[in-house]
Amino acid sequence: MGMTMTQKILAAAAGLPSVEAGQLIEAELDLVLGNDITSPVAIHEMDKFTKDGVFDKDKIALVMDHFIPNKDIKSAEHCKCVRQFAAKHDITNYFDVGQMGIEHALLPESGLTVAGDVIIGADSHTCTYGALGAFSTGVGSTDMAAGMATGKAWFKVPSAIKFNLTGKPSKWVSGKDVILHIIGLIGVDGALYRSMEFTGDGVANLSMDDRFTIANMAIEAGGKNGIFPVDDLAVAYMKEHSKREYKIFEADEDAVYDEEYTIDLSALKPTVAFPHLPENTKTIDEITEDVVIDQAVIGSCTNGRIDDLRCAAKILEGRKVKKGVRCIVIPATQKVYLQAMEEGLLKTFIEAGAVVSTPTCGPCLGGYMGILAEGERCISTTNRNFVGRMGHVKSEVYLASPAVAAASAVTGKISAPAELGL
Amino acid sequence: MKAYGKVFKYGDNVDTDVIIPARYLNSSDPAELATHCMEDIDKEFINKVQKGDIIVAEKNFGCGSSREHAPIAIKAAGVSCVIAETFARIFYRNSINIGLPIIECPEAAKGIDAGDEVEVDFDSGIIYNRTKGTQFKGQAFPEFMQKIIKAEGLINYINQK
Repeated sequence: MGMTMTQKILAAAAGLPSVEAGQLIEAELDLVLGNDITSPVAIHEMDKFTKDGVFDKDKIALVMDHFIPNKDIKSAEHCKCVRQFAAKHDITNYFDVGQMGIEHALLPESGLTVAGDVIIGADSHTCTYGALGAFSTGVGSTDMAAGMATGKAWFKVPSAIKFNLTGKPSKWVSGKDVILHIIGLIGVDGALYRSMEFTGDGVANLSMDDRFTIANMAIEAGGKNGIFPVDDLAVAYMKEHSKREYKIFEADEDAVYDEEYTIDLSALKPTVAFPHLPENTKTIDEITEDVVIDQAVIGSCTNGRIDDLRCAAKILEGRKVKKGVRCIVIPATQKVYLQAMEEGLLKTFIEAGAVVSTPTCGPCLGGYMGILAEGERCISTTNRNFVGRMGHVKSEVYLASPAVAAASAVTGKISAPAELGL
Repeated sequence: MKAYGKVFKYGDNVDTDVIIPARYLNSSDPAELATHCMEDIDKEFINKVQKGDIIVAEKNFGCGSSREHAPIAIKAAGVSCVIAETFARIFYRNSINIGLPIIECPEAAKGIDAGDEVEVDFDSGIIYNRTKGTQFKGQAFPEFMQKIIKAEGLINYINQK
């Protein structure tokens, strides 16, 4: 029986000639990731090990990104705990204020994730690196601790759903619309315990940033991982960013999939997920009533990359954020921030009346930097619109692409760029 | 090993943000996290929950973030077991890794109501609804996970190897 792309990577990492869905394996890890929320719990767990030390100081990444620059004393204590741990074990890839960025934008950009890798991260959006053809999945802090100590993790080999992408997305339709459409189609548990394997001619029409966005939100369909084939574009990205050797795996011709979907990218429209689940999607033309907003957030591990900021800037250029709307733009990494500055995007945002922040996960999880009051509504390029996600239990988050978020910031209600004549 | 308690019942897709909102994640102290457990879905939960009580939910319990703080908060609040039709995979892993007993059982998720008194036998996987006099069989853990549970968590299991 043939193997899926994910199964082939897992078989290689487990040192087995083949694996099948449901099999329990122990795999060697290429990278173990944690952030300022999940690492302190993992570090505390590390104390329980009879053996001291980490498996490989070069294969651990600790990224301070959720509540930093420290939002309060408790957050500062958490970062201090991780900082001391990183110093004690001489962790090579420790990223603090000045070097940090939102982890899932930062690690690929820093060349730490390449095709063929097996990566666990104590953050659910670790599935992002599947865009490069890696197996990467979110775990909790105890798994992270075990990974840091042993360099291994146990997995139940997943079965897979195949998404055959065809065609080319039309103007103002991006990776975010693709993944919101898919989550709307299969539901928030549609891929529970399974891989989402993206394939087909349409992949070539998606930029790397589009692919990162799509793989990033595999978890919002319950997926164990999302993964893309490694094409010339992915190889060029890895060569530009990484010195590490990559390994290309391909699904067998006779690989077995639980389900198969064909998605015509050219037929997709800008898509918005209404509160309070990412599966509550409507295409922009299905929104008949005015959904008036108080805030627009453009950023996060889902949509804080340079393509996203360029897209938002194209819409905000020469326009103004509607009076009464707070528009918050958060470049995902220092590099993206600098690039946006050099390209004049930051000037565009500021002149439009938006604010630009240092990289942080901040508002996405209701941490800080844009918390919503009772009854307020936000259009956001982030990844979750659960109850209370960005603030008050009675606030609302609508998930959308950078194009829709920027256009909505201008009109003050959920809008397509077309409403601005674009 | 057995659990016995009164049931708190919830629906589909109870996410980790309502189990423990991110605004409290600047702490990793189990007792402190417990005081905010389920706050955004059920304000009364933490006032009413008694040691040993059981959470029963429908599909995809624990979806969303990877925060281990979610099962930690539930365990520290005194909950002895979570029964659901299905669990989100990271929550499932985390619960086993920290030693919070959880059982997938679609029939029990449908056949148990809020306030019912329920008994769970982890060795046999039998879930007995004392209030209604009904019985269900939960899905058994694979042997590998049973070893982790017996060792009371992943770290102890690794230490024993």
